[in-house]
Amino acid sequence: MKKQAVVINPKDNVATVVADLSANSIVHFFIDQTEHELTLLEDIPLGHKIAIQEIQAGEDIIKYAESIGAATELIQPGRHVHVHNMESLRGRKDK
Amino acid sequence: MEILGYRRPDGKVGIRNHILIIPTSVCASTVAANIARQIPDAVALPNQHGCCQIGPDHLQTLRTLVGFGKNPNVAAVLVVGLGCEGIPIQETAAEIAASGKPVEVVIIQDIGGTLKAEAEGLRKASELVRQVAHQQPAKVDISELSLAIECGGSDFTSGLASNPAVGIAADLLVAAGGNVMLSETTEFIGAEHVLARRAKTPEVADKLFKIVHDCEERAKYLNIDIRDGQPTPGNIAGGISSIEEKSLGCIYKAGHAPIQDVLQYGEIPKGKGLYVMDTPGQDIESITGMLAGGATIVIFTTGRGTPTGSPIAPVIKITANPRTFKIMEDNIDLDASPIISGEETIEQVGHRIFEEIISVSNGRRTKAESLGYKEFGIYKIAPTY
Repeated sequence: MKKQAVVINPKDNVATVVADLSANSIVHFFIDQTEHELTLLEDIPLGHKIAIQEIQAGEDIIKYAESIGAATELIQPGRHVHVHNMESLRGRKDK
Repeated sequence: MEILGYRRPDGKVGIRNHILIIPTSVCASTVAANIARQIPDAVALPNQHGCCQIGPDHLQTLRTLVGFGKNPNVAAVLVVGLGCEGIPIQETAAEIAASGKPVEVVIIQDIGGTLKAEAEGLRKASELVRQVAHQQPAKVDISELSLAIECGGSDFTSGLASNPAVGIAADLLVAAGGNVMLSETTEFIGAEHVLARRAKTPEVADKLFKIVHDCEERAKYLNIDIRDGQPTPGNIAGGISSIEEKSLGCIYKAGHAPIQDVLQYGEIPKGKGLYVMDTPGQDIESITGMLAGGATIVIFTTGRGTPTGSPIAPVIKITANPRTFKIMEDNIDLDASPIISGEETIEQVGHRIFEEIISVSNGRRTKAESLGYKEFGIYKIAPTY
């Protein structure tokens, strides 16, 4: 089967989709060698991220096994993770 | 492993044989461009600075101009000055000439205006052409190569595929004894701890943390937010949500070798292996810094697509975004998208990139070269006065 989403490191709580995918479609991905599936709760454009676990507001978004910022609200698995619900923690005048 | 190169009098090796016209200030740039227009073998730097600069900012411009003159891809240099600018014209020429290559000077105010300066410049440049343009490259070891690695217009494919693949090629060159430079300090923010683990000594790790800290502090000092400029709108459209995410994807392009040292902008490394240079994330200023530091070939990964080239070095473009490769094939040399589709591994594409580095070193023109792209931009670190 053609890859639909990539989880770069088993520690990650997001996957990157490698196709334009629509809401309600089921996306398959691997964490290490184990196949997982998840129903998308909204349309996800090519290259964007989805939550593969529930992520609490304030919790780190983990990609490449490292923090890429923090959630600004509760994010359900299958939701789009991007600038609308996560924020960078670096180079900021307010922090 | 051997490539074809031009051995310069100082022992360094270039893979191109340019005659470079360097205006020491923006006031001399038109004369420099006019001379280059009539000398097909010459290229002029579009210098926008060189006057009313102070302290480290002045020194950085001077270091960049001298570094371009000394770069082993340059066979001979014509320095064009206005006469009253802050960058010292004769000293610039003398520093470049210390590398042993032929250097000539024209000063507009001394010779009496632009028409006389252009006439004198044409005469001197044409003499330089007859001195060096016939030089033929000879076989040299690949360890003579100095590779600058850049990424720009990043999207999700950069961190997932093209940067790790370039990292494989970088590792191959370091293993063969060559020189590799990683830059773009802005794009270490959030990934500096990962890079620092590879520092050769604790002092090098400290330097790495310091340049990133200083970069963040500069933004805060202006009471602004890096988020205003990073990630760029194109990065965000391509799926990158934060500078940390961009950085973590960016650093893959330097492979896995130990980091020998951290260089200031335009500084020439003292040894072989992987070096980090303190430059901004802006592509042109970053590449300009690494070329001033003696890099002779550039690998440039892109997600969104970019046409960038250089006046003195081949720039090889790579994308792993299949859509970008298709619509911007005129600009992009290598398609790394088979990694995304699962048809090729990162290692396979990394070896393909290494083959391309060899072939371009041996004279094959990149798309940016064939299209005449010659971007140049000096990183300013203080206001102009």
